Amino acid sequence: MVLKLEHVTKRFGNFIAVDDLSLVIPEKEMFGFLGANGAGKTTTFRMILGLLDTSGGKITWDGNPIDYSTSHLVGYLPEERGLYPKLKVRDQIVYLARLRGMQKSQALTELKSWLVRFKIPEYENKKVEELSKGNQQKIQFIAAVVHKPKLLILDEPFSGLDPVNVEMLKEAVLSLKEEGATIVFSSHRMEHVEEMCEHLCILHKGSPVVHGSLKEIKRSFGKKNLVIHADFPLDFLKNYPGVVRSKPTMEGIHLQIEGEYIAEKILKEIVNQGFIRKFALEEPSLNDIFIEKVGDSYE
Amino acid sequence: MNNFWIILFHTYLNKLKTKSFIITTLLTVVIVLVLTNLTNIIDVFDKNNGKENVAVLDETGQLFDSFKKQVSTINKDINLTLFQGSEAAAEKAIEKGTYQGIVLLGLNDEKLPLATYKAKSIADSSLYTDLQTSLQQVKTMLAASQIQLTPVQLEKLYEPVSFKKIALEKNAKTEEELNQARGLVYVLLFIIYFSVIMYANMIAMEVATEKSSRVMEILISSVSPIKQMFAKIIGIGLLSLTQLAVFLSVGYFSLKQNMESLNEGFFGVYGFSDIPLGTIIYAIVFFILGYFLYATLAAFLGSLVSRIEDVQQMITPMTMLVVAGFMIAMFGLGKPDAPFITVTSFIPFFTPMIMFLRVGMLTIPVWEAMVGIAILVATIVFLATFGARVYRGGVLMYGQSNSFKDIKKALQLTKNE
Repeated sequence: MVLKLEHVTKRFGNFIAVDDLSLVIPEKEMFGFLGANGAGKTTTFRMILGLLDTSGGKITWDGNPIDYSTSHLVGYLPEERGLYPKLKVRDQIVYLARLRGMQKSQALTELKSWLVRFKIPEYENKKVEELSKGNQQKIQFIAAVVHKPKLLILDEPFSGLDPVNVEMLKEAVLSLKEEGATIVFSSHRMEHVEEMCEHLCILHKGSPVVHGSLKEIKRSFGKKNLVIHADFPLDFLKNYPGVVRSKPTMEGIHLQIEGEYIAEKILKEIVNQGFIRKFALEEPSLNDIFIEKVGDSYE
Repeated sequence: MNNFWIILFHTYLNKLKTKSFIITTLLTVVIVLVLTNLTNIIDVFDKNNGKENVAVLDETGQLFDSFKKQVSTINKDINLTLFQGSEAAAEKAIEKGTYQGIVLLGLNDEKLPLATYKAKSIADSSLYTDLQTSLQQVKTMLAASQIQLTPVQLEKLYEPVSFKKIALEKNAKTEEELNQARGLVYVLLFIIYFSVIMYANMIAMEVATEKSSRVMEILISSVSPIKQMFAKIIGIGLLSLTQLAVFLSVGYFSLKQNMESLNEGFFGVYGFSDIPLGTIIYAIVFFILGYFLYATLAAFLGSLVSRIEDVQQMITPMTMLVVAGFMIAMFGLGKPDAPFITVTSFIPFFTPMIMFLRVGMLTIPVWEAMVGIAILVATIVFLATFGARVYRGGVLMYGQSNSFKDIKKALQLTKNE
């Protein structure tokens, strides 16, 4: 059950939304899609789901294209949240689950256990429009996973949620992965992807700029982060050879350096200048990689 | 169960349960009941059992009898009484409600009758018109006798001319049949017109609601848009049939109860007692086809808007088409064989109403009706395939979308470049 994208391209008129994207997403993996707004994440998802035809290339899951015959195996949480505002949570989920090939009774049992899990069992008979936005999002999430999909596509699953709910949803996603679902999700919050995904792809204006496993990406990136807190001025490090960029902080300075050896050199340089509270060499964050690859234009 | 049926029944049952649907249905049932029981209701409110008492103050002392005779031939329900007393007393009696009004009869210089009618209000025009007509006849008789015409001569003068109408075409409808057909066609045209506007609107709203609430994207990821569109159209179609069945059965039974009282009035003229089966079948066929035509159009127009507020704007041109068809049909009721009507009956958007008008009112060859139906079916198939493609792209399109350029954009979305 490998999801394969081979040289996928999508054009809208003259505009190229996705350009020659090739990916392999292994079974039971969590795969992260990163990209600024308009990078082509949603378009890619829509093509994977078969909502949009590709202009070129091929998308297969277990060797076959995804279409309506496999829809009961696929779960989708769209970026734009949407439920019937006037329908009760229960009717809503049952309807959507039945469209995914589930029996009504089965859907109800699943719904109840999910509602308990999200600590909102009392909302079963409420209309969606009466719920808060965060709770609506939980319901939306339930709608996407209630039929136990083998392939789950989550478009910005955590946007607009408070930290408590983000944690709750993250746990749910991770447990689904444990149960054997292949999960593809997009985010523009680097830390979510960094925390959860083994593999990821950074899209920029439709083309993949980085693609691979998180560790490899970090390793091949080469650059490291260096955090120094000290009692004496560190400004001179800004122009130190091997320092790619720097950011002064209240207590010291954050540096991005070309490699570990630079850190060694810097340490030797400053060790005699005064008291050093902190000297830490860190792996680059995904955020650093993203900014490096996509450009400073991204805030 | 197949997804198609799930959507169909979901649409049907959900709409059936909405408050607005139940209220509209109940209100319309009440209106139907009132209309079919109109004569009974009027009778209930009429204290004098339908009789109208009018006092006559005859200053001449000779006109009352002939006037009364004339009035009774025109309207049996007007009860004339010779009033003995002054005008003021009569006015008091009117105020008390004993009489509806009073007629003061007199003679003018030429010894011909003249009258003044006094009543609380002169809003009841039928009453004084009847009185006036009667007095007119009394005057004619008096004038005739003044110029020494014998009653025989007078009768000759007023005898209506013999005027027969014969249709040469074979199977042409007789005058009576035509009146009957006209009434029936009129009612059915109204039903087609209202249902098409109402239910097409409902479909456009339904699609737009799903789109604006963004639930559409989940839906189309589990069920193909084409399946969805038709499940919705048929679901709402079932709804319309349910509603019509309620109206028609209520109307039918209520009418049957009152058949006797109604046969004399409007319904006697427009004979609903024996409706030709053929007309009914055509009505059903054209109703269903008309519904599908406009429903498909509405569904794909609805798929183009992203906000509910824009729905009305988007389907206005469609509504205009229905209204135009209805207007033409109304004109055609009086002149069903006009060439203009013949031509428009083959234009698909007008066919449901106008071809039905023609089959109902005229005796047209069967093939003409069949050609009309064939054109209609072909248009529906075309609109459905085209509409389904637009729908597929349209439901993914958001933003400022209320122009017909969007049709092109929607088609482009589904295109395999």
